[in-house]
Amino acid sequence: MTKSEEIKNHLIKEFGYLEPAARTQGPRRIFMEAGADKFSEVFGFISEGMKPVMLSAITGLDEGEGLGFIYHLSRADGVIINLKTTAPKTNPVLKSVTRYFPSADVYERELRDLFGAKIEGLVEGNRYPLTDDWPAGEYPLRKDWKKKEVKDAL
Amino acid sequence: MHSKRGFKIPVGPQHPSLKEPESFSVALRGEKILGFDMRLGYNHRGIEKACEERTYFQDIYLIERICGICSHSHSTCFIQAVEELAGLEVPKKALYIRTLIGELERVHNHFLWLGIAGHEIGFDTLLMYTWRDREIVMDILAALTGSRVNYGINTIGGVRRGVTGEESKKILKAMDDLEERTKYYIELAMQDTTIIRRFSKVGILSKEDALRLGAVGPVARASGVERDIRRDDPYAAYGEVSFGVITDNHCDVYGRTIVRLKELMESFKIIRQVLKNLPEGAIAVKAPRKVPAGEAVSRYEAPRGEDMHYVKSNGTDKPDRVKVRAPTLANIQAVKHMLKDRFLADMPIVIAAIDPCFSCTDRIISTRDVDTGRSDVMTWDRLREYSIEWHRENGVDFSKIKTKIR
Repeated sequence: MTKSEEIKNHLIKEFGYLEPAARTQGPRRIFMEAGADKFSEVFGFISEGMKPVMLSAITGLDEGEGLGFIYHLSRADGVIINLKTTAPKTNPVLKSVTRYFPSADVYERELRDLFGAKIEGLVEGNRYPLTDDWPAGEYPLRKDWKKKEVKDAL
Repeated sequence: MHSKRGFKIPVGPQHPSLKEPESFSVALRGEKILGFDMRLGYNHRGIEKACEERTYFQDIYLIERICGICSHSHSTCFIQAVEELAGLEVPKKALYIRTLIGELERVHNHFLWLGIAGHEIGFDTLLMYTWRDREIVMDILAALTGSRVNYGINTIGGVRRGVTGEESKKILKAMDDLEERTKYYIELAMQDTTIIRRFSKVGILSKEDALRLGAVGPVARASGVERDIRRDDPYAAYGEVSFGVITDNHCDVYGRTIVRLKELMESFKIIRQVLKNLPEGAIAVKAPRKVPAGEAVSRYEAPRGEDMHYVKSNGTDKPDRVKVRAPTLANIQAVKHMLKDRFLADMPIVIAAIDPCFSCTDRIISTRDVDTGRSDVMTWDRLREYSIEWHRENGVDFSKIKTKIR
């Protein structure tokens, strides 16, 4: 059994509801999905209970109906746990994970600017990476956003 | 801005120490930094969005231009993910050549960094020495790939050029020269009072903080965190070569200097092994234009630390999503921490010591008319015309200059 399968099985044992969407890809990649209501407990478990673990990045996805967010958690043994959660496009609310990983600050600001995610618990601060005069409601990494609109917006 | 606690001064968006735009807001009491805030994003060019509109092959060239130094790191990281999605078996020879270019890039980066670090502390002789030596590796890269920075060596399924026996000899000779120079710099770092006193106890980051703040690359390793993607999550030919992961317990700028210098020695070791064991055979396999639907996460130990790419495909010839997390973004929180309660004069070297690179998307110039406040977007062609016209009004007429390509 590869390392990634071992970790996947361990997580499924803890949280049975992860099983349907859980899969491994190669010896060091795990993909899992947790609904918005379950995400916090799984994320907390990996961050606190599987130390040392690092948040490598958060990827935002436009999946048509809703938005997807993948938290790439990398372990010291080279395995990355890619934990995904989803949120509706109309009200994409996420809880900040900065209390586990201070480095998430800038990743979450990026989700806010480029996907329009609302991050609960993220401290006030500069936006990233768009300009301060970027028009409200324009989220460039959403699929329906087109480049030409920048000129019109300005 | 004046406050009860001290002064808040804006620094930037022109970078105080590097040649990239970046805005800092520093709260000071006397010479001491009370708080430090950054405004990033001045180099955001929308590359992730642009990738979605281009084919995988076009994306290689776009991705390679994310960074002016770690160009090979980004392109390798990206194509590794694409190759995984396409299920391609990359020839061993190609993996070795990728490793070779990757290490030459690390050598070029670390020499560049050492020069900049010297410059930041007013030790410009070191800058002149290291940048002169760096030319050796730049010439090698240019000879191997045809370019000093954007090598264009990678293609989906392999590499575009091989390495001849003659080139191999030249590289080995260059590595001997550079190794000798590196030994001298290591000795210098161990003995020179200027370096020791200016770098020590500056920009302190404890091991606990490095782990907590998610530092990567030489910054993390100089704080005693033994993490190197080349060993932990091997890619290319790293699983087949032997090298050490260099760590140091100084936890300051001095430690970061030592780590990078010793890493150079490991790079020479890797390059020699790669050339000695360079396999025979093809350098690339044919790659499909369309990539089956799926998702992949790829990592690469860039000279500045862990680079991560996520690629999602949808069965067409264009990716559905490309996410890039470059090493500097992971080190940003660490910089904030390093500067707290330190002196303002340490700021340039502390920032330079993480070897930052602020790069990211599409090129748009936005202008604002000072009198009317009206803003406008300039296309590349209009910007070019404007530049020619501006120079003509100021006495330089480019249309009269005859340039000949030799």
